[in-house]
Amino acid sequence: MQRGAGLFFKGDNLVIDLSVSIGKIKLKNPVMTASGTFGYGDEFAEYFDIGRLGAVVVKGLSLKPKQGNPPPRIVETPAGMLNSIGLQNIGAEKFINEKLPFLRKHDTTVVVNFFGDTIEEYVEAAEILSSADGIHALEMNISCPNKEEGWSIFGTDPKVTAKVVNAVRKSTSLNLIVKLSPNVTDIAQMAKVAEDAGADAVSLINTITGMAVDIKTRRPRLANIKGGLSGPAIRPVAVRMVWECYNAVKIPVIGMGGIVTADDAVEFIIAGASAIAVGTGNFVTPLASMNVLEGIEKYMSDEGINSIDELRGSLICG
Amino acid sequence: MSEIFRAKIKENRPLTNHHYLLTLHPLINIALPNPGQFFMLSVDESLDPLLKRPFSVHRTVEGGFQILYRVVGKATKILSAKSPGDEIEALGPLGNGFPLNISNSENVILTAGGMGIAPMLALADKIAGLKPLLFYGARTAGELLCLDDFRDSGIEPIISTDDGTCGRKGSVIDSLESYISSAGSNNFGLYACGPKPMLSSLSKFCAKHEITAYMALEESMACGIGTCLGCVVKTNEGYKRVCKEGPVFSSREIIW
Repeated sequence: MQRGAGLFFKGDNLVIDLSVSIGKIKLKNPVMTASGTFGYGDEFAEYFDIGRLGAVVVKGLSLKPKQGNPPPRIVETPAGMLNSIGLQNIGAEKFINEKLPFLRKHDTTVVVNFFGDTIEEYVEAAEILSSADGIHALEMNISCPNKEEGWSIFGTDPKVTAKVVNAVRKSTSLNLIVKLSPNVTDIAQMAKVAEDAGADAVSLINTITGMAVDIKTRRPRLANIKGGLSGPAIRPVAVRMVWECYNAVKIPVIGMGGIVTADDAVEFIIAGASAIAVGTGNFVTPLASMNVLEGIEKYMSDEGINSIDELRGSLICG
Repeated sequence: MSEIFRAKIKENRPLTNHHYLLTLHPLINIALPNPGQFFMLSVDESLDPLLKRPFSVHRTVEGGFQILYRVVGKATKILSAKSPGDEIEALGPLGNGFPLNISNSENVILTAGGMGIAPMLALADKIAGLKPLLFYGARTAGELLCLDDFRDSGIEPIISTDDGTCGRKGSVIDSLESYISSAGSNNFGLYACGPKPMLSSLSKFCAKHEITAYMALEESMACGIGTCLGCVVKTNEGYKRVCKEGPVFSSREIIW
């Protein structure tokens, strides 16, 4: 029987504690949504109580609205999908005025993903978002591969990563999560750079850059030619990277990449994730995050595990 | 209000070698879909194919609704192998559907190209009282579907085929052009669904004749509920989501 925030009782005895800490904040359970797959929460509220989520992570915001890339923007690939949405979003101001009031009404942690084209834009966006009421954490996107050449450097050049994270760190007292790109040689090094620059947590992985070709027309299947691969196809890569980062940093690691079921999520937690995010799974079924949450509870109950802390990083090697 | 629900396959009848008529009975009460709305169907429990596929409502029937589909890839091939009694997960009804009151028009014209016929039967059922005309184009005679269903509703399809094997040889727009010039009036309201090049030409045609037209578009989409932003189409007000602001748009809005 459930009695509120992530605590489960059998009779009068506390049996399972699903709550997790991410830096300064506590989530009632480890299930989050991945940015870009959950809109601003409103569409999903039609299908379930989004207040049950550990955290809602909204679609990435920039200072000004962005119209995104020309279509076709998505193509399905084996057990995955490629997207080149191009960071289409309504802009920070419109989000605060029109979407945040709705999110504030729900008993969940609100994480706002944001990005900029320059360090100044990152800082300005972080300042504006930090002054709004009802945002509990910021997630910096330094890893989206959909921008013109020269931009993805924020997530792939350690010196630039340190600089931008440092700048944002100084401009916000909110919990700061840095979302890492998998398109690097050594992701553990990037996690360390983010930690040293003041991040409260790292989240990974963003999409893996990919490409698909229509062999009849010999044209790329996305108008933008390249896109970001997500879905179950990338999960083993994500689990490996979460494990590497967990071993490299002291701050919490938020794991994501192809999580559709609770079993997938538990894999990440065992590999070291403090929390997990459901991404493309939300597109497979709008109930994916709830299926994952209920499945984690069942797994813990079946395995006699009392808390996420007990499970996190419990990988047995050798 | 849309729902995520399981539905039982009542029938999955082949109409030709690659066209099927699927009858689904939802296991819960769902909102009655409007013509032009669609459902996302999960064809398999496996993760490949991963995403649900959008299908327009062909017709509402006792206990559920029908989907008319053509086998074009992996997902529709799996769907075609399903048997009565099998269950699938579905999401819907989704999208806006056709606006049903085209003002200031004496006559209503339905225009379908190829699989664009799928949503037209639901629409014809709804507006049969207006005695709409149906202009229906296909590549060849063997690809013309549900002609008798329209005839049963009192609509005699005006057919054109690319190869001339049935009806007039040529495009559906050629047929429309000669009809409009002989009718001597442009006081029509038009609904259309079909391949993009057809809709694009039709849009120009309607602009030329000052005909009000609503068109149901098709795009690849991941979620169907407005969050992935994958299915956008360019309009004179920027990108709009086919799944949410559409799939039916005024032809004047779309930048082809």
